[in-house]
Amino acid sequence: MPGPDNNHHRSAIIAVLVDNESGVLARVIGLFSGRGYNIDSLTVAPVDEAGRQSRITVVTSGTEMVIEQIKAQLGRLVPVHRVADLTREGPHVAREMALVKVLGRGETRVEALRIAETFRARVVDTTIESFVFELTGATEKIDAFVTLMRPLGLAEVSRTGIAAIARGERTI
Amino acid sequence: MQAATAPPEPLQSGAEVLLRALKDQGVEVVFGYPGGAVLPIYDAIFNQNAIRHILVRHEQAAVHAAEGYARSTGKVGVVLVTSGPGATNAVTGLLDALMDSVPVVCLTGQVPTHLIGNDAFQEADTTGITRPATKHNYLVKQSGDLARVVHEAFYVASHGRPGPVVIDLPKDILIGKAPYVGPVDTHRSYRPRTEPDPAQIARAVALLKGAKRPVIYTGGGVVNAGPEAAAALTRFARMSGFPCTNTLMGLGAFPASDPQFLGMLGMHGTYEANLAMHGADVLLAIGARFDDRVTGRLNAFCPDAKKIHIDIDPSSINKTVPVDVAIIGDAGRAIAALEAAWEEDATVPDRAALAVWWRQIDEWRARQSLRFTQDTAPGAIIKPQYAIRRLWELTQEHSRDVFITTEVGQHQMWAAQHFGFERPNRWMTSGGLGTMGYGLPAAMGVQIAHPEALVIDIAGEASILMNIQEMGTLAQYRLPVKVFILNNQYMGMIRQWQELLHGSRYSESYSNALPDFVKLAESFHATGLRAENYGQLDDVIRAMLASDRAVIADIAVDPKENCFPMIPSGAAHNEMILGAEGEGEARGITDEGLVLV
Repeated sequence: MPGPDNNHHRSAIIAVLVDNESGVLARVIGLFSGRGYNIDSLTVAPVDEAGRQSRITVVTSGTEMVIEQIKAQLGRLVPVHRVADLTREGPHVAREMALVKVLGRGETRVEALRIAETFRARVVDTTIESFVFELTGATEKIDAFVTLMRPLGLAEVSRTGIAAIARGERTI
Repeated sequence: MQAATAPPEPLQSGAEVLLRALKDQGVEVVFGYPGGAVLPIYDAIFNQNAIRHILVRHEQAAVHAAEGYARSTGKVGVVLVTSGPGATNAVTGLLDALMDSVPVVCLTGQVPTHLIGNDAFQEADTTGITRPATKHNYLVKQSGDLARVVHEAFYVASHGRPGPVVIDLPKDILIGKAPYVGPVDTHRSYRPRTEPDPAQIARAVALLKGAKRPVIYTGGGVVNAGPEAAAALTRFARMSGFPCTNTLMGLGAFPASDPQFLGMLGMHGTYEANLAMHGADVLLAIGARFDDRVTGRLNAFCPDAKKIHIDIDPSSINKTVPVDVAIIGDAGRAIAALEAAWEEDATVPDRAALAVWWRQIDEWRARQSLRFTQDTAPGAIIKPQYAIRRLWELTQEHSRDVFITTEVGQHQMWAAQHFGFERPNRWMTSGGLGTMGYGLPAAMGVQIAHPEALVIDIAGEASILMNIQEMGTLAQYRLPVKVFILNNQYMGMIRQWQELLHGSRYSESYSNALPDFVKLAESFHATGLRAENYGQLDDVIRAMLASDRAVIADIAVDPKENCFPMIPSGAAHNEMILGAEGEGEARGITDEGLVLV
């Protein structure tokens, strides 16, 4: 008997604390591809002082049952210390960073810079014909910025994917 | 790094450290096959007597043998294979052990660390290849990690839901000196929950006490939890008076002769087991994973039941079937907790409703869904079900402990249906992966662990050929394994599906050009027997059971016999085909069902 919201898809930001050992990322990615789960974005980096543990933030989507299953499957990987569903476990902050390269001269270039200021994007590299903007924010903000840059000479985008953390004193 | 607390011992080679670690883990037997990358280990084996090495004839068989050893003893089975093809040959066995939750540690050789990634001779990315086929795997890149990794591998293989673990060992690590550390019984991150939550136990007991049409459905998890778990299950069933059904993997956890036993459930389960599941109002699932072979069509599975699920693996819960009460923990401890809570709870169970339920179950039982008709003329063709029945009955005349392994197909289902298992760990079959060729090497592993026992591989003539080379291993170690072949000259289950689902187009399912199994046995220094008709069956079985050697008994059975009852793929429990009269109708099979395996 399917559960009540078995047809309702939701997005989930899942934080996974893992031992920083070789192959651990392959285990996590292989789990998603092998079982047919979605990865909308994924970030990973060591987070403790000694570099022994890494935090993987994976944005996925699925029915409630699938997301519960993803968490359980992640939880039983041997090098996994903790799995947290930030979307469900209270308020959280989710941000990503983008580097956006815009090429142009004259008025479009000025317009690009003006919009960048509105978005509080920083210019981290410039030539006479190019800017590289650094922008941090929610995914929607970065989407909006990229869309605005498109007619103004957008050449290349590099995004980190979402990093997220719980608000307040809670830790995972 | 930890500070040294004892004076440093003289360093041994990696291979010696490896063997020492195995010995400290209580390993007595290793199933393996040598090769260039593992020569240092074989050298170390040559120089010691604590660990016995069994030389198999193919690496897949080494893993199945370790599985048979593990499943019949509850210990971890150990495998040793070389790099490249040695490791890739082991993959089927590893996945088999993963699917059926069998604790195995597989040591694979690897090219020296400086050659990794260079496409060296007999190099394979073993950790990459085996990642989805193991519970966990390791590549030892530093001698200092070796002993710790070996101990950790045994911990991971045997704790929580058991499974196979690979340790990939580059040759330079085996040759170089390595420090030794002893076993540990904790893990920094892997800490599966074993104690059930009392609140969930209380909720479960409340549901169970109020049940009018309860069913206990148990799987391999109860067997894996040890004989005490099976004993607790039997006590709880008798205390509650509830009917009990087992999955294919769970057979033996509840005595087959018990009047409360409904038989196996699922695709080839009994009518009473499946209809009881369909009609249940409270389902107690223990160490079972709601496999598609068990549930049939999911949206019609146990439609009216409140479901309680006990499992040590949280990912098994709510995976395919949402449940009302989830209890994460060891099956044995959870059943014991249920027992205690049941006794403490003052609620009186509804005995009257239970009596009505049993009357209904007895009506279903009266359909005798496993019945078959054996012509008793001496020259009559042998029905495969009858061959299994007689095998079971005649083994009862022996006082020896009986262990059954199987290959995969019709014979496997008939063995599950017609051989009565009274105790756990006596039944070894490839359930999850369905690996043809499992039974003979698994029987080998069982016989190594239980030299005095009667170990029988119930086989089909097609499956047995998939690892037939292991007859050589039986000969070398004088293992008196009995291979009981139900020879119907077809890949019977394939033929059955082709008959029922593909218009009787028997595409490539005929076992053409079969060997003479009697001569085959003899060429491998074993005894070969053959029964061609009803009149010869008992004599052949008796001769097989009386022999102190390896035997192949080739039993010619009815090539047209199908395995019933059957829930066609995509159908519900109450849409079973009971027997030949249902054939051809293929009731309940939709296009969606046809897609299913």
